[in-house]
Parts: sequence; C-alpha cells; structure tokens
Amino acid sequence: MFKKITRRASKVAAIAAAGLLAMNVQAADPIRIGSFLSVTGPASFLGDPELKTLEMYVEKINKEGGVLGRQLELIHYDDAGNASKARNFASRLIRSDRVDIIVGGSTTGATMAAVPMVEQAGIPFISLAGAVVITNPVKKWVFKTPQTDRMAAERVLMDMRERGLNKVGLISGTGGFGSSGREQTLAAAKAMGGIEIVADETYGGSDTDMTAQLTNIRGTDGVQTVLNFGFGQGPAIVTRNYAQLGVELPFYQSHGVASDGFLELAGNSAEGLRLPASPLLVPESLPESDPQKPVVEAYKSEYEARWNTKVSTFGAYAYDGLMLAVEAIEKAGSTDKAAVRDALENIKGHVGVTGTFNMTPDDHNGLQANSFRILEVRDGGWKLID
Amino acid sequence: MMAQFSQFRLKGLVFLAIVVFALPLFISNPFHYSLATQIALIAGAVVGLNLLVGFAGQISLGHAGFFGIGAYFSGIMTSNYGWSAIPALIVGAVGVAVIAWVVGRPILRLKGHYLSMATLAVGFIIAIILNNERELTGGPDGMPVPSFDVFGWELSVFGQYSLFGMEISGDLAWYLFAGVVLLAAVWLAQNLIDSPIGRALRSVHGSEVAASVVGVNTAKYKSLVFVISAVYASVMGALYGHFQGFITPSVASFDFSILLITMVVLGGMGSTIGVIIGAVVLELLPQLLADFQEMEMVLFGLILMLTMIFMPKGLLPTAANFLAKRRAKSAGGDA
Repeated sequence: MFKKITRRASKVAAIAAAGLLAMNVQAADPIRIGSFLSVTGPASFLGDPELKTLEMYVEKINKEGGVLGRQLELIHYDDAGNASKARNFASRLIRSDRVDIIVGGSTTGATMAAVPMVEQAGIPFISLAGAVVITNPVKKWVFKTPQTDRMAAERVLMDMRERGLNKVGLISGTGGFGSSGREQTLAAAKAMGGIEIVADETYGGSDTDMTAQLTNIRGTDGVQTVLNFGFGQGPAIVTRNYAQLGVELPFYQSHGVASDGFLELAGNSAEGLRLPASPLLVPESLPESDPQKPVVEAYKSEYEARWNTKVSTFGAYAYDGLMLAVEAIEKAGSTDKAAVRDALENIKGHVGVTGTFNMTPDDHNGLQANSFRILEVRDGGWKLID
Repeated sequence: MMAQFSQFRLKGLVFLAIVVFALPLFISNPFHYSLATQIALIAGAVVGLNLLVGFAGQISLGHAGFFGIGAYFSGIMTSNYGWSAIPALIVGAVGVAVIAWVVGRPILRLKGHYLSMATLAVGFIIAIILNNERELTGGPDGMPVPSFDVFGWELSVFGQYSLFGMEISGDLAWYLFAGVVLLAAVWLAQNLIDSPIGRALRSVHGSEVAASVVGVNTAKYKSLVFVISAVYASVMGALYGHFQGFITPSVASFDFSILLITMVVLGGMGSTIGVIIGAVVLELLPQLLADFQEMEMVLFGLILMLTMIFMPKGLLPTAANFLAKRRAKSAGGDA
C-alpha cells in the first residue's frame, strides 16, 4: 500500500517536473504558425495579399510582445494554386516543420487536398478558401474565415425579395467560382422559397461577348432581375453588354467582383448594380455603431501604409484567420493542439474584418449571411445600402 | 554486342533496386517518404513517356491527360461506384489504351510539330472535360479519392502494417509499394527496348524513311508505343490519385505535361535510369528551393537553363560520357 503511494507520488512528481521542464522550453520557443498559400500562379490575387497580411501582422504582434509571451514564427510555402503541391507543403509543415497551427489554403482545391493530412495529424487548420464543402460537413480540425458562396447567394436573394423581385435570371461563369455559385444559388432559391430562377445561362472563362445569353434572359417571361455569378473579366463583360443592350431590370453581381479593379473594368456600365461585399470596401460609410468599423478601418490603413497598394478582401481572410488563431492560443493558454482546437470551436463574438465570428461545434465558419453588406455602384464608387 | 547491351540494362535495374530499398535506411521523416513515393510514381510515368520520346522519337505534350484520366477514373469508380481499386485501375488503363489507339492512329501520321500540337490538343480536351464535368469530377475544386485497396486489404498512408515481422508506418509501406511498381515499370520498359519492337522503334527514331524501306511498319509501331506509354501514365496516375487522397484537374494540366517532358529531356532521352534521375531532380528542386521564397522560380529556371546549355544530352548520358572519357584517358596513359 505504502509502496503504491510512493510510486504514485514519484510518478506525479516526475510528470510535474517534466511539465515544468516543458514549460521552460516552451517559453523560449516561438509559436510556429504554418501557411501554404497560392502566392504565384493563377490564384496569386488571393495568395499575394494573404501572405502580405500574415507577414505584417506576425511582425506587428511580435513587436508588441508576442502571444503568451512567446514570439510568433511564420513558416510559409507557395503552392502556386496546385493541389498536389499544397498537400506536399501541408505534409511538410506538419511533419517536418512541426508547426502548432496552420493558417492558409488560398483555394478550395488546395485546402481540400490538405484536409485528410490535417485531420489525421490532428492539427488546427484555418482555411482561407470559399466553398461550402470545407466546413460542411464539419471536420474536427478544419475551420475557415471567408463566407461561403451559399451565404452570398442567400444575401443577394434576400435583398431581391425585399425589393419584391421574385423572378431571377441567372448568368454564371463556368469556372470553379461561377459554377459553384450557380449551384448554390439554385439550392438557396429552392430552400428560401418565394423566389424563382426563371433563366439559367452560362458563359466560358475566355468568352468576350455575352449578349446572346443576356438577350435570352431578357426574352424570358416574367424575369424581374438578373444575377451574374462569376470571376475575373467575365462579369465586367457581362456588365458592359448589359448596359449596351439597355436592359432596364435591376442587376446584381456576386462578391467575386467586389473590388475596385472591377469598377475600373466595367466603367460607367456598372452604375446602379448591386452586390454583396465585405465592409472593407466602404469602411467610411459604416455607421459608428457598427462594431466592425474600427477593425476594418485599422486593417485598411495599416495594410495600405505598409505595402503601398490597395487593400483586398482576400487579405482580410488571412487577417481574420491569424487573429482567430491568436485568440484561440491565448484562450487555450498553450499551443496544445487539442486545447487550441477546442478554444477555436468556442470563439464567440470575435469581431473580424470579414464579419463577426461565432463558432460552434456545428459551425466551423461562424459567419452569417448578413455579414455581407449589400453595396450599390453610384457615381463610380461604392454606396452602402444595407 | 547485344549481350553487353542487356547486361548494362540489367545493371541499371539492380542499381535502381539497391537505391530504392536502401533509401529507408537514410530517411525516417514521414514527409520525406511521402515525397519519395510521389517521385517514384511520377518517375514510372516518365519511364513510359521515355519509350515514346527517347526511343521512338515522337513528342507528346498531352501525357498528363492520360495520367489524369487514370487518376480520375480510379477515383470516381472507387468513391462513387464502390469499385475496388485494382479493377478500376485496369479498366481505366484499358480505356486509356483505347483512347490512345483511336487518337494515335491518325495523329501519329503527322510529323514533327504537327504531332506535338495534336497531342497538346488531346491533353487540353481531357483537362477541359475534367474541369467542366462537375457532377463527376468535382470540377476545378477537385475530388477526394479513397485509399488504395487490394482484395479488401487497404493501403493507407495513415495505417500501420507489419512486413516480415517488422512494424512499418503507412508512409513507408506506400513508399515500398511505389518503389516495387517503379522497378516493375523499368523492368518492363527495358524488356520492351531489347525486343524486336524496341529495335523497330529505334530504327523509326533514326530515320523513319529508312525504317519503312527495310520493311518496318512504322505507323503500327508508333501507335503501339504511344498506347504503351499512355497506359504507363494511366496506371501511375491511378496510383498517384490513391496515394494523394485528393485530386484536382491540375494532374491533367498542360503544365504537368510539360513537366513530364522536361524530366525526360533533362534526365537524358533514351536512358531509362536517366529519366528517373530527371524526375527526382525536378520533384526535389522545388522543395529544396522553397526556402528561397521569391527567388524560387528564378533559380529553378536558371538551373534548367544551365543544365540544357552545358548538358544538352541530359544529366545521365553527359555524366556517363564524362566518366567514359576519363577512363579512356587514364587507360591511354597506362599504355
């Protein structure tokens, strides 16, 4: 009996000593944040601002004393938008660099390629990619910061319904973004009820004229409004064609073109169109009561001062990802992977640039459709509607 | 002469086997195993492509398309239709063989640039189909692929296996499997090269006109080797998909076709071991250069350029030549 107690006591002492030792070592070690982003290649418009954001905020946090008294160390690789490379780099981050948490994955393909590895290794992973599949069904270790395309579709349809526009003509690109958006719009319309997609047209990524599709939509019986889900130059051409044809119906674009670059491409033709977007485009029009206002304004001014280029909504995903990671590590009080994951899952009311995050075990995104603001193009600029 | 030739080839195979099985003694990091597995599978596809490029002298710029079909066919059949991996791999390879034969007959009548343009087009069409058939392939976002299974026995990188009484990790098991597949691929290729077919192919490479004058049915042999190399790509693609666990249309992209061809040219056209070295170098370089961040692409391009300028015959043939010359020199000195 006595023997047993001493044995147990010595065990406890050993564990305590090991714990102390580990803590001492930890205090000296930086917290390793891993990232794989599409900094070059076709998705570089995502990866480039994301990397810049991560770099500048890791620097800033370190200057301010780090997290839990430890410095942050950013280890990042460029997957060039290639899923196989993304998987390799995720593997390298987990197994070779032994990072504590991963914030990255610019595209849905890159994210999904890394998911099996992440789930197996049991490491918290905050993805910066859009599609619904990443967090639905919920995966134990995977979180994401951007709203899903489903939310964008819902937000647009909500605005249409409020304006009494119930018959929608849909035109979408055939790329990954457009075709996923088209599917989600059709599904959202069905789920919401009271709103109907009466025309469903598509165009290829390199098409230079969409008047045929738009004429078809205009000719559809009862159509009250038109929504274009697409990415890149396609939506700008659709917008120009729409104006050239003189279509009088209210026009909507998706969040895919919510950038100042789109306004330049589309020019005057964009007047009057509406789209769902991040508040980052209109920080000054946000009401003072909006809790996101200071966060959005600070991110915009800091980013633009540091890099001397326009801020992008994609960089904001990385900002939110990093800040969520930092909050989770602080709440967990360590970099223990399971504790950080649990903390992430229970983050409530985290005010980010993209929206206010309320994570739950069933929702690893934590955003609502209303985190999208509806903007209208007026006098060549953005005007906050709702 | 011929006996000497075969002996040299056998030496290559033995050398490769030693490297493949000795490697686990030097690496233990699971990430390195995963990289080595990938290299072995891609090298297998390159060995097949080398039959077409290095021996028959025909260029294919669409080989990733066949690789992609193999990967996607196996992925779709095993995940959506409950097929086992082996039949999916075989049926996929047969399908690719038929496609390659059907498109190969007419396009291999083309010569030079026209042939490469036609294969380029085939590759593009396959990539476009994989991108657009969302229902089946998941579109540009890709699709998950279940792990490789053989008669109910599953080979997963996350598993634990025992081999000859030793506990080995799934990563090591996959690596050994890929290594054996690569050895089989090389063995098959070398047998083919030493067969009458191989000699016919080399005659086509030397001079197509002369070959047909002496009675070689050039069209037949060209399409035969095109089919064989496409099947190589398809089989390796299927295994690659199961190993990765997730595939996107980038496995069938033009970039990947170019990468495969570059491996052949860099390693040394017509040298089976050489092209494997090409695959190793081109897969490892991006990992080694990843630490240089922004300079990665520049350095990568520079290394390729310098290699092509100073070693136009490829890595292995140039090195072998250099050694042979030195040996000849020292032999001359002795005499």
